[in-house]
Amino acid sequence: MSAVTWKSGSKLEQILAAGSFAVTGECGPPKSADGSVIANKARMLAGYVDAVNITDNQTAVVRIASMASAHIAQDNGVEAVMQVTCRDRNRLAIQADILGAAALGIKNVLCLTGDHISFGNHPQAKGVHDLDSIQLIRMFKDMRDEKRFQCGDEMTVEPRFLIGCAENPFADPFDFRVHRLKKKVLAGADFVQTQCIFNVPKFKKWMEQVRAEGLHQEIKILAGITPIKGAGMARYMKSSVPGMDVPQEIVDRVAAKEKGEPQQAEGKKLAVEMIKELAEIEGVAGVHIMAVEWEQAVPEIVEAAGLTPRPSQPPNRGARRDRECDQQHTS
Amino acid sequence: MITAERKPFDEILALTAGHDKILVAGCETCVAVCLTGGEKEAEILASELRMKAQADGRELTCEHTAAIRQCEWEYLDMIADKVAEYPVILSMACGIGIQAMAEKFADKLVLPAVNTNMLGMPQEHAVWLERCGACGDCVLGVTGGICPIVRCSKSLLNGPCGGSHDGKCEVTGPNGEEIECAWQLIHDKLRAQGREDLLLAITPPKDWSKSNSGGPRKMVRKEAKPV
Repeated sequence: MSAVTWKSGSKLEQILAAGSFAVTGECGPPKSADGSVIANKARMLAGYVDAVNITDNQTAVVRIASMASAHIAQDNGVEAVMQVTCRDRNRLAIQADILGAAALGIKNVLCLTGDHISFGNHPQAKGVHDLDSIQLIRMFKDMRDEKRFQCGDEMTVEPRFLIGCAENPFADPFDFRVHRLKKKVLAGADFVQTQCIFNVPKFKKWMEQVRAEGLHQEIKILAGITPIKGAGMARYMKSSVPGMDVPQEIVDRVAAKEKGEPQQAEGKKLAVEMIKELAEIEGVAGVHIMAVEWEQAVPEIVEAAGLTPRPSQPPNRGARRDRECDQQHTS
Repeated sequence: MITAERKPFDEILALTAGHDKILVAGCETCVAVCLTGGEKEAEILASELRMKAQADGRELTCEHTAAIRQCEWEYLDMIADKVAEYPVILSMACGIGIQAMAEKFADKLVLPAVNTNMLGMPQEHAVWLERCGACGDCVLGVTGGICPIVRCSKSLLNGPCGGSHDGKCEVTGPNGEEIECAWQLIHDKLRAQGREDLLLAITPPKDWSKSNSGGPRKMVRKEAKPV
């Protein structure tokens, strides 16, 4: 049996490497010091997703730090994807955090530019943006693969992560979107989670470009899904959330149902249909379900989409990590 | 050019409270061009302060003057006689001029009447847009002559973020006005120039030490220094 060299050895990496259809979720930490919120969400998602993204002050609102939350999530049975934005920290702070995250046993990171500070609850703060997301990816790759800090200094024990990124196929300029993904691949991204998809034809068009560039063979693509909780949310996302493309027929379909439970059921049904349709697209390696403050809907959606049971053990048992380190998560 | 906006009148009143002899000092260069702090605006502010004092029943001696440039020692010499008559100077120059006044006339209380806001240019009559961040390491040669450091809300160096829509930035200005996406502009320009390859190149992290992260900057032109 040939030995596999893992980038991080994370469950997510092993599932993606085995060619299994991956499912990731998302969990927003609370705006308080109540860590039990994360623990509860993690326990709710465990067994239904392979890993859960932990957001990093999403929408520029202060919450429990993604590193601490990722640690709590892993303590409660689900592997974390720690999101890292460039908005709040410079390269010193980010590298320090990433060493800390590795020391805590976190094995997946997601590199983001970050929502602009003006959208959040501290619009008077100084936005950092010392790096952009592509530079962040490269920095993490160099730390992992070259054992070098961004300044070039060497380190003895490198942080080993599966490096993720995001891409929004619905933003402009559309023709540049695939090139931006290519830049992220070249910078060192291992997987990408897309912006939530409602406009499937446009996503398919983007995937055609992705395949034409051969990028689907170089990066694992997880298609973004957001279950719609009600017509109000659909309208809000359509009109007020930057970078979202929600076709009117989606809004109408949910709005046609009665408010409350019937609209929620329709939203979940829509998510399931969407997952099944996206899974058929060549090059889609999984889905990333972002149920914003509606994590309890995820188990039902994953089940209805026929994606359970999740692989309970890493599928590639014969593989070994290239370096057993003493910093593995043990609790 | 450097642009500035006059501080709210109440803030100017609060800054100058308790003083009954004030010289308003305009500057005839950048702040005059942006209609904020030239001689005319200095005259108007002095007049407003006198009227307010009169309405409040306060004694106030307040005149105005203007330097051709408040940021150069030799031009400050030209207004030194007038400055000598007043203990408090309310400067309408940019932050550079205000500091020059404070240093040159060290025994005076020099106060700012404007907020210096950017290095910009008039986009149309009475509208100024930021164009340069004085970052010390110009990238305009590879960005189609459009500065991503100040014209992109996130100072991105590797292309547009996911918030670019119909050529507009997801961020809006302080009054809700739309901002052009700098990277849409850069993208269009580089494509028009047949230089798309620049869009695909990965730009490494910027050396911010050349900006103000490296501490206050100093420029010395050795060849121009007298020996």
